[in-house]
Amino acid sequence: MPYKLIVNGRHETVDVPGDMPLLWVIRDVLNLHGTKFGCGGGFCGCCTVHLGDRAIRSCLTPVSAVHNQHITTIEGLSPDGTHPVQRAWVEADVPQCGYCQAGQMMSASALLKRNPHPSDEEIDAAMDGNLCRCGCYHRIREAIHRAAGTIAGPATSVGQE
Amino acid sequence: MPTMEKVAIDRRSFLKATALAGGGMLLALYASPLDEVFAQMGFPQAKLVPGSFIMIHPDNTFTIMAKNPETGNGVRTMLPMIIADELDVEWSSVKVEQADVDQAKYGLQIEGGSTAVPMNWMAMRQLGRAGRQMLIAAAAQTWSVPESECTTSAGKVLHQGSGKSATYGELASKAATMPVPDFQTLKFKDPKDYAIIGKPTKDVDDDNIVAGKPIFSIDVKQPGQLGAVFVKCPVFGGKAVSANLDEIKKLPGVRHAFIVPGSGNIATLSSGVAIVADQWYQANNARKKLKVQWDEGPTANESSEGFLRQAQALAPQKPQQILRRDGDVDSAFSRAAHVVEAFYAYPFIAHATMEPRNTTACYKDGKLEIWTNSQLPGIGVMPLAKILNMSPKDITVHMIRGGGGFGRGLVNDYFTEAAYIAKTVGGGVPVKLLWTREDDLHHDFYRPAGYHSLKAGLDSSGKIIAWKNHFISFGSNGRFASAANMEPDEFPARLIPNYELGVSLMPTGIPTGAMRAPGSNAIAWVINSFIDELAHAAGKDPMQFNLDLIAGEQLPETHTGGMGMRGAPYVPSRMRACLERARDKSGWGKRSLPANTAMGVGAHFCHMGYFVDVAEVTVTGNEVKVNKIWAVGDIGNQIINPSRAHNIVVGGVIDGMSQLMDYEINIDHGRAMEDNFNNYEPVRLSKAPPEIDVEFVLSKYAPTGLGEPPLPPVLPAVSNAIAAVTGKRVRRLPLKRAGLRWA
Repeated sequence: MPYKLIVNGRHETVDVPGDMPLLWVIRDVLNLHGTKFGCGGGFCGCCTVHLGDRAIRSCLTPVSAVHNQHITTIEGLSPDGTHPVQRAWVEADVPQCGYCQAGQMMSASALLKRNPHPSDEEIDAAMDGNLCRCGCYHRIREAIHRAAGTIAGPATSVGQE
Repeated sequence: MPTMEKVAIDRRSFLKATALAGGGMLLALYASPLDEVFAQMGFPQAKLVPGSFIMIHPDNTFTIMAKNPETGNGVRTMLPMIIADELDVEWSSVKVEQADVDQAKYGLQIEGGSTAVPMNWMAMRQLGRAGRQMLIAAAAQTWSVPESECTTSAGKVLHQGSGKSATYGELASKAATMPVPDFQTLKFKDPKDYAIIGKPTKDVDDDNIVAGKPIFSIDVKQPGQLGAVFVKCPVFGGKAVSANLDEIKKLPGVRHAFIVPGSGNIATLSSGVAIVADQWYQANNARKKLKVQWDEGPTANESSEGFLRQAQALAPQKPQQILRRDGDVDSAFSRAAHVVEAFYAYPFIAHATMEPRNTTACYKDGKLEIWTNSQLPGIGVMPLAKILNMSPKDITVHMIRGGGGFGRGLVNDYFTEAAYIAKTVGGGVPVKLLWTREDDLHHDFYRPAGYHSLKAGLDSSGKIIAWKNHFISFGSNGRFASAANMEPDEFPARLIPNYELGVSLMPTGIPTGAMRAPGSNAIAWVINSFIDELAHAAGKDPMQFNLDLIAGEQLPETHTGGMGMRGAPYVPSRMRACLERARDKSGWGKRSLPANTAMGVGAHFCHMGYFVDVAEVTVTGNEVKVNKIWAVGDIGNQIINPSRAHNIVVGGVIDGMSQLMDYEINIDHGRAMEDNFNNYEPVRLSKAPPEIDVEFVLSKYAPTGLGEPPLPPVLPAVSNAIAAVTGKRVRRLPLKRAGLRWA
């Protein structure tokens, strides 16, 4: 049956089985490829998107569960990559391979929305579901503090000159 | 269209300058890639291969071709930084373009072995500097002034006397007609004048990554593209005999379902069942209904526990072959004051790149087009062409960014599967094969398990006088399985007068392959752990014990050594400098530590890099907290991109921690048991050490690579610290087997 979704502010109707994971609707039906497939089991967080203001794992979410609801993907975080989290991610030069980063940024932006100035412990709790196989965690933490406005100026973790 | 060419040849390299129609210039460098590194080692020159390309456009922008695959090490940013600095242009005016696979044009196109820097450091500087020299020559001729009076700045040639200036873009067409300078006379920038090299530089792909642009291999989408899964026998090397294909073909969206007989070599094409559907999700859903009769083959009898039992049985026996024997080991043992013996074991582990394996392929009218994240695509084309009965020239390969590599992409099995499926589907229909995470963990080319039966003798002063390692590994007919080898010169060979390295090999059907710091990632743990045991047995401080072991200036042989880049000498003074720096900055032995807290050290040389890690670790019950890591490395006299270099070292430390505590692929009945990140779990953010202090010791040597060397020493640094706290040595990885876990 057709499901209605509001994805990045756009109204979409998709005619897919109700048990089709939101991830594959986003990637293969709506052709938004920023959201990534990592494990299919909710263990890695690569597929994180927002349902309303909440970060969810789209690989485990059947499309039927989000009928008529607002979904935000990395492409919808800002039209031009200027969301504070995205800018902070570039300023701290976070990525190595970059594959997990969309999911990381979606978890981080959801965290900052509900908690504009998270502590390290709060960041740990919010971000532990997002694996980074390259191990960019320190920069992820720094970028979150930076996006929260608690760090300004040149990145501190980029090493000696 | 090229309008004019200039070719100049010198002893080691040549440059080809081509004026481009419509203005601008193309410079192509053909260079012997390992010149500088090999020259330092007194090695013969490598063969000339075509290398790197830069285009100077009339609008004074610059395009630099990235010829190698990129899976996250940052070469797409770093190599152009070198060219741009020596050419003397602004970094913001440089664009990086990804080349396709064309080994006739570009030479070997590989991401692996920490080779990008040693292969390109000299060549990239030559390219940039020679190009600059030609632009100066063009300006000097135009203005009728001596070249020596011209300078450059930010993409312009300047003549101070007359106040004249011209952009490179304006000069490029003429510059292409200038003589190519003799590389021997090129004067490189003084490092103190570097404007780009050595400055933390953001990755050229950062903006696309944070915006979620479709830049990864998994994001490839061609018009009319279908999605595919490929179901292989859970037992390695097993064959599909029959399957309920008719039933599968009736399922929603399914267009094709067929048995692939396989090539007989699982490194190219396994037997299995392909399901191709309108959408990948449908193919993967259909898979749940798939019933296959498998011929599991002989590997079904293999298991991790079986290998361990075999290794334990082989350990006390005579090694099947001796890789190295120095002095008289047995007589040295007989006069030793103290003999220590230990048996170490480590498991198969998987690469688990964040991006599951995938490749898109399209076959039409005898031509095949492929989009892939392979780390070695040019090599993959050869067996593929043979299997598909095609000529390699009819196969076009586009290299697309990979979400992690770690060596997994050096084996082209998934790439071959995708091409085979696309050719079977035919008709110009693009097909994307995507593996699930389960496929990925079940069908890797694993870092091989290994077993070391070690024995060492100390004299009464606590000096190691005898060392025997019976390494039990995998292979057959006297040949190691892929990445299951150990070099005869591996540390501490050459430092102990009576030394023996023997090997016994167990045949296996489990596929093995290179994984980040191959041969080093586990061996460094074994060697450093045992040295730590010996230090304790000798009543010595482990840091000083390590320093004493490498007290000499030069090892007796310098033409081989270390893993990875054969031919790299081990220079003890470089490692000593790293050890001393790590000791001093970590306050080793000088700070009072909290309760249940201790420090451990690990040191390892591989891929021409020297790394020492010191770990401060607190153990509470069975919970291990890594408080801080000090990582000190020597990869030469210049860190090219400090931002990425720092990131890679931190990542290497965290990767090594995952290997230490968690990573294990258990083989049972010839199949891999772990299937997803719940039972094969990388370190998460909350478990990463609060602080990882990274420092590079700058030595006099030419820069070398960084992908591999930072990983190995963290395993023993942490486990040696754990042993110092608990007094209990864990000799089998991963540590979770011993009931330990991260706090």
